[in-house]
Amino acid sequence: MTGGARLPAAARALLSGDRRALARLMTQVENHDPAVLPVLRALYPKTGRAHVIGLAGPLGVGKSSVVNALLAHLRKLGTTVAVVAVDPSSPFSGGSVLGDRIRLERDPGDAGVFIRSMASRGRAGGVSAATREVVRLLDAAGFSVILVETVGSGQVDIEIRDIASTSVVVLVPHLGDEVQTLKAGLFEIADVFCVNKADLAGADLAARDLSELVGLGAPRDGWRPAVVVASARDGTGISELWTAIAAHEKFLDADPKRRAAAERTRLATELVELVRERYTESAREELSEASRSHWLDDVAARRTDPRTAADGIFERQHAPKARRRRP
Amino acid sequence: MPKAATPPPIRVLIAKPGLDGHDRGAKVVARALRDAGMEVIYAGLRQTPEEIVESAIEEDVDLIGLSCLSGAHMALFPRVLKLLQARKVRDVPVFAGGIIPDDDAKKLRRIGIKAVFGPGTTLEEIVRTARGIARRPA
Ligand SMILES: Nc1nc2c(ncn2[C@@H]2O[C@H](COP(=O)(O)OP(=O)(O)OP(=O)(O)O)[C@@H](O)[C@H]2O)c(=O)[nH]1
Ligand SMILES: [Mg+2]
Repeated sequence: MTGGARLPAAARALLSGDRRALARLMTQVENHDPAVLPVLRALYPKTGRAHVIGLAGPLGVGKSSVVNALLAHLRKLGTTVAVVAVDPSSPFSGGSVLGDRIRLERDPGDAGVFIRSMASRGRAGGVSAATREVVRLLDAAGFSVILVETVGSGQVDIEIRDIASTSVVVLVPHLGDEVQTLKAGLFEIADVFCVNKADLAGADLAARDLSELVGLGAPRDGWRPAVVVASARDGTGISELWTAIAAHEKFLDADPKRRAAAERTRLATELVELVRERYTESAREELSEASRSHWLDDVAARRTDPRTAADGIFERQHAPKARRRRP
Repeated sequence: MPKAATPPPIRVLIAKPGLDGHDRGAKVVARALRDAGMEVIYAGLRQTPEEIVESAIEEDVDLIGLSCLSGAHMALFPRVLKLLQARKVRDVPVFAGGIIPDDDAKKLRRIGIKAVFGPGTTLEEIVRTARGIARRPA
């Protein structure tokens, strides 16, 4: 960096601890406001320091409650914590009711905490480009731990791995009901399993079954997921949960190449997504131009098949420029 | 960054300051606003004015709705307004609902609450008013 003077004003405000500036920037990210791009660019070198922990799991298992309990636990340890809670937008109205901001143990004057709710706004997946940028803003603002709760349904949870260095999958007793979820891929993404609602019957049995299941599989990238039993309601098992999360973070740091490799994988995914976004945008533009309606006309009339038309659109938009650049 | 096809949704914080445990009304309003396309941050029961204002700042909402059935509205609602001013949040309007006598409603409007809804108000009216008073994106 070449001195703070070059930073955009909003970036300077964020770095100085201005919470409203931070919140405004998040809104700009969510609204695809291009004014935020120079700020994101300026702040990027200041990111990469936070521990980003993802929490996923089926609807209603207590993800928010666990997040809240972890938040309280971490604040007692003196760690600064931010929470990003992603909830689904209604596909019908576009609106959403974003999770009850359960925050019983929080002192509103505590600058070491920041909680933000996001609607998925129909973006592909629960953890989208916007979530990633919101997490980066919190990272640049200096929060040590960022807890990301994602929408509790189906495939989208899996994207938590694209953003978090440790993924926690929250489940409840009566795993029989969860087999479908596990099949859908939650099992593969977990670095830590948290069997929540341990105050209900069957938690220990569920944890034993889960441990057995974990024991049967081969360790992924050298790590065998931990299984922790907790009750967010009673506050039991929360310190054990944090110990398990911290153990995974320590494992990543034990071999300097390990964390770097994991990060490169995440960044590669992000870059592919961003490039795809550009292509999608330009294809949409091409098709919305009246002078280019022949693409759709031809496909609709069965004169051209969709793949051939797609090749044509791609060629027209991108290939000529690429050829020109090559000597 | 692709441009959003539609204008960004209005973000609204619905909060219940005070100690009464009835939030059915607040939840019905929250759902109606959601169905009208807004993003509703439901702050939950028994929030202190300090917590409400902090939530409003972190969530960068365009509108705040307060509900109170305990009768403590004349203590709690002005306190929220005062704290908003103290934090220099001047562009986020506040509306209120609950069991609020006409005299109190008048006083609340005078100190800056943009709208006060009594028990008989229709959801359509609440949605329409909310849309009308919400902060517009900069
Ligand atoms: N008995 C018991 N109930 C719990 C516990 N943790 C959470 N709950 C309850 O489970 C319900 C759902 O909790 P949330 O924390 O909102 O769950 P969630 O997974 O975030 O829910 P979604 O975000 O809607 O998927 C609430 O009624 C909680 O009070 C627990 O440890 N024990
Ligand atoms: Mg939740």
